[in-house]
Amino acid sequence: MKYIDEFRDGDVARKIGERLRAEADPARQYSFMEFCGGHTHAISRYGVRELLPPNVRMIHGPGCPVCVLPIGRVDMAIGLALERGAIVCTYGDTMRVPASDNLSLTKAKARGGDIRMVYSATDALTVARDNPGREVVFFAIGFETTTPPTALAILRAQREELENFSVLCCHVLTPSAITHILESPEVRRYGTVPIDGFVGPAHVSIVIGSGPYEHFAEEYRKPVVIAGFEPLDVMQAILMLVRQVNEGRAHVENEFSRAVDRDGNLGAQQKVSEVFELRPTFEWRGLGEVPYSALKIRPAFAQFDAERRFGLGYTPVADNKACECGAILRGVKQPTDCRIFGTVCTPENPVGSCMVSSEGACAAHYAYGRFRSV
Amino acid sequence: MNARDDSKGGTVRAGYVRPLDIRHGRIDMGHGAGGRAAAQLIDEIFLAAFDNPWLRQGNDGAAFALPAGQRMVMATDAHVISPLFFPGGDIGALSVHGTVNDVAMMGATPLYLAASFILEEGFPLADLKRIVQSMAAAAREAGVPVITGDTKVVEQGKGDGVFISTTGVGVVPHGIDVSGANARPGDVILLSGTVGDHGVAVLSQRESLEFETTIVSDTAALHTLVAAMLAASPAIRVLRDPTRGGLATTLNEIAGQSGVGILLDEAAIPVKPEVDAACELLGLDPLYVANEGKLVAIVPPENADTVLAAMRAHPHGADAARIGVVQEDAHHFVQMNTRFGGRRVVDWLSGEQLPRIC
Repeated sequence: MKYIDEFRDGDVARKIGERLRAEADPARQYSFMEFCGGHTHAISRYGVRELLPPNVRMIHGPGCPVCVLPIGRVDMAIGLALERGAIVCTYGDTMRVPASDNLSLTKAKARGGDIRMVYSATDALTVARDNPGREVVFFAIGFETTTPPTALAILRAQREELENFSVLCCHVLTPSAITHILESPEVRRYGTVPIDGFVGPAHVSIVIGSGPYEHFAEEYRKPVVIAGFEPLDVMQAILMLVRQVNEGRAHVENEFSRAVDRDGNLGAQQKVSEVFELRPTFEWRGLGEVPYSALKIRPAFAQFDAERRFGLGYTPVADNKACECGAILRGVKQPTDCRIFGTVCTPENPVGSCMVSSEGACAAHYAYGRFRSV
Repeated sequence: MNARDDSKGGTVRAGYVRPLDIRHGRIDMGHGAGGRAAAQLIDEIFLAAFDNPWLRQGNDGAAFALPAGQRMVMATDAHVISPLFFPGGDIGALSVHGTVNDVAMMGATPLYLAASFILEEGFPLADLKRIVQSMAAAAREAGVPVITGDTKVVEQGKGDGVFISTTGVGVVPHGIDVSGANARPGDVILLSGTVGDHGVAVLSQRESLEFETTIVSDTAALHTLVAAMLAASPAIRVLRDPTRGGLATTLNEIAGQSGVGILLDEAAIPVKPEVDAACELLGLDPLYVANEGKLVAIVPPENADTVLAAMRAHPHGADAARIGVVQEDAHHFVQMNTRFGGRRVVDWLSGEQLPRIC
């Protein structure tokens, strides 16, 4: 496949691996967090870890959209389908996120909820047009990558005067999550999570640009290298991070220059700010309440806001006590540190959200890497 | 008195039944009620297409002779697919190929099929006829007749157009012992061709996706390929067609059944570039996408070259490849050396294969 195979070339990977081995100082440890689930997936699926020197460790970050979705939010969507009779549309992975009462959207569908998987926000609009007599709610989740399409769907619904369409907005923001991790006691005070730098988001950065990361590099002295989602992108970014650490630099560098620039997609940013505003606080699964870390729909578009339209209130629900997703999402623990990993909690019966998507640290390790832990 | 007097209405023509209006007609509850309408549907659609001496006898079952002393194999397969017609095939052809292949994967020669149809009220007769004709053509091509069957009708909304369940019987030639439990460490894993074609062809027609592709389903009966392989080496240990859940799921089944591990070489697994591209776009992994005309064979290392050559000499095995080996592993993992140079587990499919979000 043109423009894909080039970024999965095993020979080039071996060469980068050799450079890494030559340049990584054997006298020290390097710990880098890949923020995005897309990177976690690439690292696991292509076996990138085997190509890294033993003293370069990757920590999986919280950038997996379904992993950070709190139970209470999924409960809201399930309630809309089962109690309000709405058609709930959402993206694939979201269907399996565990919620209260041993339910998930998939299980709620089996109980008679009209829940449909869509490939895009505009597909949800089509469902609304095709079902004029029914309420259609798009359960919108994800980081800055999936936010502009939701904004466009709302703008189009307004233009078309669609009266049965609304959005349950759960869009979250990458920079505030990174700040939260950097401000966490484990990183800042105790140093129990040594983070020497970040592999920066790929698709998110196409939208927001590389500019927003400059603050972390300067303020926290952590290098950030923005990388594409192909395995060679990840390898190259790790090499660039090792070099920055060796040289004592903390800059934002852009490995993904074929798609990302400093300013990002201004058109998309403009649509997002037209439709959404900041929430003062939002609960993330694993991270808890994170200030100014999520978006809500502006009052001007209130009729498209499912929370207002259905008078929904948010009830936080605690995770299963044995589940270590929180610590895993903050980089404090690894999947294998969790007592229920691979036994009670498996991809078939996920207890925690990290076991749901193959972007989640636990599911990725279970599906691709568990031969290493036996 | 002459019964055919065209000058007057209301006369009776003995034995006359007005033919089904195939073009405009639809299945109604009467077609499943066991009366005259049901008999007519069977005559004009099913018997007309499947025509053979067993069906013509009009019994509720079929009696047939079997070669003496051979083990019999029986397999059954229910077919539900949306859409019913897809590039390269339809539910009719699929329902023949699926069961013929299930019988063949036991190392058996398929002999006869039984078929039952669950039809949804309102289903167009034209579509039913097209499906049954395709099914009959597939059965004729395979040389495996449909010798008995049944039809039921369910109310609108309680079916998905048509569901077809087929059962096949066959016999295993002497000296053949094929089972998913027979793989041993050191054995070689062979694959008969490219993976993912069927699943991508079907997905391309789904209402919510509809993308243009030149990929057609690989649906095919594989029993002649199996016969050629067994003729080349009766020592074949495992045969299986990687249908639902794809190659990954099939290999995990075999690893579990045989109590072994499997190590694959990603670079050796044939995938068409178009399938690869569609999977990339949809966030799917071709190893988990369904096939309907491919098989996996596990053979002792000393027979691998002979069997591979026999596969490549057959039209359904032209792209056959050696994709991995069986190894000892208490955990029964299927692992893969990636093209990228790493190693990973190729796990069971969990739930449905759902696209990722990022």
